[in-house]
Amino acid sequence: MKGLAALRPAPVKGWTVNQTQSSAGPPALRLSGITKRFPGVVANDAVDLTVHAGEVLALLGENGAGKSTLISILYGLYQPDEGAVELAGQPVRIGSPAQARRLGIGLVPQHPLLVSRHTVAENLALGRVGGLFPARRVAGQVRELSARYGLEVNPEARVSDLSPGEKQRVEIVRALLGGARVLILDEPTSVLTPQEAEGLFRVMRELKADGRSLIFISHKLDEVLAVADRVTVLRRGKVVGGVPTRGATRESLAELMVGRSVDFTRKRAGGPGAEAGALLSVRDLSAQGARGLPALRGVSFELRRGEVLGVAGIAGNGQSELVEVLAGLHAATGSVTLDSQALTGDAAARFRSGVAHIPEDRIHSGTVPSMTVAENLALRDFERPPLARGLARDLTATDERARREVEAYGVATPGIHTPTRLLSGGNIQKLILARELAGQPKLILAVHPTYGLDIGATDQVHRVLLDRTGDGAGVLLVSEDLDELLSLSDRVAVMVGGSLLGPFPVAEVTRESLGLLMGGAHPHSIPGADQGPTQNGVMA
Amino acid sequence: MTAPSAARTALVTVASVVVALLICALVFVFAGQSPAEVYGTMLRGTLGDPTGLAEVGRRTIPLLLIGTGLALAFRAQFFNIGAEGQLLLGAVFAAGTALFLPVPGALLIPAVFVAGFVGGGLWALVAAALRRVNVNEILSTLMLNYIAVALVTYLIAGPWKGKDVRGYIYTDNFPQGAWLPTFSGTQVHWPTLLLGVALALGLQWLLTRSTFGYALRVVGENPGAAHYAGLSSTRVATLVALLTGGLAGLAGAGEVAGIHHRLLEASQISLGYGFTAVIVAWLARGNPALCLITAPLMGVILAGGDLLKIDLNLPFRVVDIFSGVILLCLIASEVFVRHRVQWGRA
Ligand SMILES: Nc1ncnc2c1ncn2[C@@H]1O[C@H](COP(=O)(O)OP(=O)(O)OP(=O)(O)O)[C@@H](O)[C@H]1O
Ligand SMILES: [Mg+2]
Repeated sequence: MKGLAALRPAPVKGWTVNQTQSSAGPPALRLSGITKRFPGVVANDAVDLTVHAGEVLALLGENGAGKSTLISILYGLYQPDEGAVELAGQPVRIGSPAQARRLGIGLVPQHPLLVSRHTVAENLALGRVGGLFPARRVAGQVRELSARYGLEVNPEARVSDLSPGEKQRVEIVRALLGGARVLILDEPTSVLTPQEAEGLFRVMRELKADGRSLIFISHKLDEVLAVADRVTVLRRGKVVGGVPTRGATRESLAELMVGRSVDFTRKRAGGPGAEAGALLSVRDLSAQGARGLPALRGVSFELRRGEVLGVAGIAGNGQSELVEVLAGLHAATGSVTLDSQALTGDAAARFRSGVAHIPEDRIHSGTVPSMTVAENLALRDFERPPLARGLARDLTATDERARREVEAYGVATPGIHTPTRLLSGGNIQKLILARELAGQPKLILAVHPTYGLDIGATDQVHRVLLDRTGDGAGVLLVSEDLDELLSLSDRVAVMVGGSLLGPFPVAEVTRESLGLLMGGAHPHSIPGADQGPTQNGVMA
Repeated sequence: MTAPSAARTALVTVASVVVALLICALVFVFAGQSPAEVYGTMLRGTLGDPTGLAEVGRRTIPLLLIGTGLALAFRAQFFNIGAEGQLLLGAVFAAGTALFLPVPGALLIPAVFVAGFVGGGLWALVAAALRRVNVNEILSTLMLNYIAVALVTYLIAGPWKGKDVRGYIYTDNFPQGAWLPTFSGTQVHWPTLLLGVALALGLQWLLTRSTFGYALRVVGENPGAAHYAGLSSTRVATLVALLTGGLAGLAGAGEVAGIHHRLLEASQISLGYGFTAVIVAWLARGNPALCLITAPLMGVILAGGDLLKIDLNLPFRVVDIFSGVILLCLIASEVFVRHRVQWGRA
């Protein structure tokens, strides 16, 4: 632990005294009676919560339950309307994030807050002690941390070139650099691959062994069981229960969270028969990535009517580019046909010809955060009837439809005229789904469609997607969650270095074989994978 | 629109104006004047007297037209600070039409306005075109201001120089048919004022109720989402440039056809309206209709400031101080508005 000890900030008064007492003394952190009201909602309602030193507490709750709000209060982003915070028995007032950091509270936010135009090192140097911290020294420390925990981060990379997963890692490194004693992670694994998540859990366990306290928010119950010691469950702003993870199961936690039992078995039964015709056919697609390197190298595959084709892969292996090319957002060579018609034109034209796109980055491309829920729901068809008559928008029709969709998809929002930046992460995702699936699309490009959704909502999205395949739509499902891929897909392909391996029928692959393929293993060396169709020639 | 923070934004805006007035009061104290007397003189001399009111009106007209267009442009993140140049080009096109084009009498005034719009619009389109090859529009519109001034000087000293003028440089008077009617005894050319009011309301409608306004806001507020939805940022920028430049051009046409009745030196056509209008648009926080309030406000400050120079014999252009301080306060206040936006994202 020498490396980490070196990274610790100067001791805070009143803190070192109690630090060694761990669970015997006062808890490392105690929140009592925290209440926070927003117009139209009570986001936190008299919340009591404790975390001890050397403990990982998981905060569970449905979308909009108030988790992010609670930790925003802890991190000084919001002031509570009522309630008190104690650190190691000392009452504290956390007026700002800077103060929170000085008190030894670190946050890995749900949506990375980085300056896109700067490099990783510059971002990390920002807001460091006195602001005089040279980016070069940070770069060294970043490399050390990266190597130590397998958190791959290139300090020289420009943030605008990073994938969401990479940005998340930068935020984790930032919090570690700050030497936080109470580290809060708000859905840190949403965009991480299983390997990266495993790496993060190692970090978390080491920090825990070091006597630090961690608050972990996740909708993935397996992760919670793997890494947390105790869970506290929020529902509609209130604490509704808390249990140790020892002895708990996925099912018991889910029930505690949503108040009913949840089904975790494979949802996909059957799938399209072999007679189902090709819906989408992609031939020899090649494209350049953002950094001028080839991002797609001769990708060919077919997606049948009514089929869910899963695409697995470690972030940055061309999945984003594949989806963007199909959505009309990225130039490429090769041919794409949908329903035997060449698929061309810009994103708007493709949406009209039936291509829905659930994008990877819901804040920066999926929505306009400053615009209202109703306006965001109209993003795809504001120019066409019934939402427009000639050049004039029909606001009544826009609002009416927004109300219907908010209702149908259970988007928790104070109203349809609330700007979407005030919605919780999961609810923004529901809004995007509602908008994209509204127009009976033929092809659904779904990138991490359940990213940030609670288990109830995840279930709902899976059912909606599968329903659409019943109507003959095809789904291209890009996800880093292998369980999701395996439970929904009919066939699974793997992207490595811009090439597509497969697709393989889902019955012939396993988590392990996919993991190996994602890591670049040759398909023939993997049992079960070698019978996959080799129609695309990539496997040769 | 920026829903619940609207009240906060309004509050911050009003507060920044109040702070600016307080800072200016301090300046007057240092200049040996009692702030109460200064502000009293300003108010009495502008709002409290018919001549003063007419002066305010005269200045409000170009501020309203330009401010309205700028409000729209800022919403699309098209930072046009070249309204001064666009106003001049509008004046040039209007003068050319009035002086040289054989337009039948009844159509002359409409033709002058159309020419003004086209002149200003084209000038801004140059900046929009340069933006496509990655030239920042702040720089290009600023540079185009200087070219516009040079162009006006060249025309009035060269090819368009009047026959009846001796040492001066300006054109001949426009034919009477091209003179805009005014409220009697004032220089308030009401057709332009009417146009300004109608356009302020019209552009507000465009922004909030039209499909183009929706696309404009998406492009301005999240270019990433615009790209995702296939909305063309270039198309939006082009149309916005045409509108914002065109409105400045209308203001230029109004100034030459309504007040001077000839094309004359740039500094006499515009009293820095193109720059003061930036404040008008900013105070209105990108809402064209709110320029109906903020343009007269700045009109009072412009007219009142000129009055002070004469009445109180102040040793500096009070107007510049006012404008400068208000602008600074607005820039500073942005921190407060932004801060809130960031908090909401956590
Ligand atoms: N600044 C704000 N203004 C108004 N309402 C807000 C604000 N921030 C959050 N809310 C509302 O408070 C509630 C709790 O939101 P919060 O982001 O804490 O949920 P969450 O538990 O983190 O959900 P998720 O799992 O979807 O991220 C939601 O209904 C949300 O719309
Ligand atoms: Mg959240």
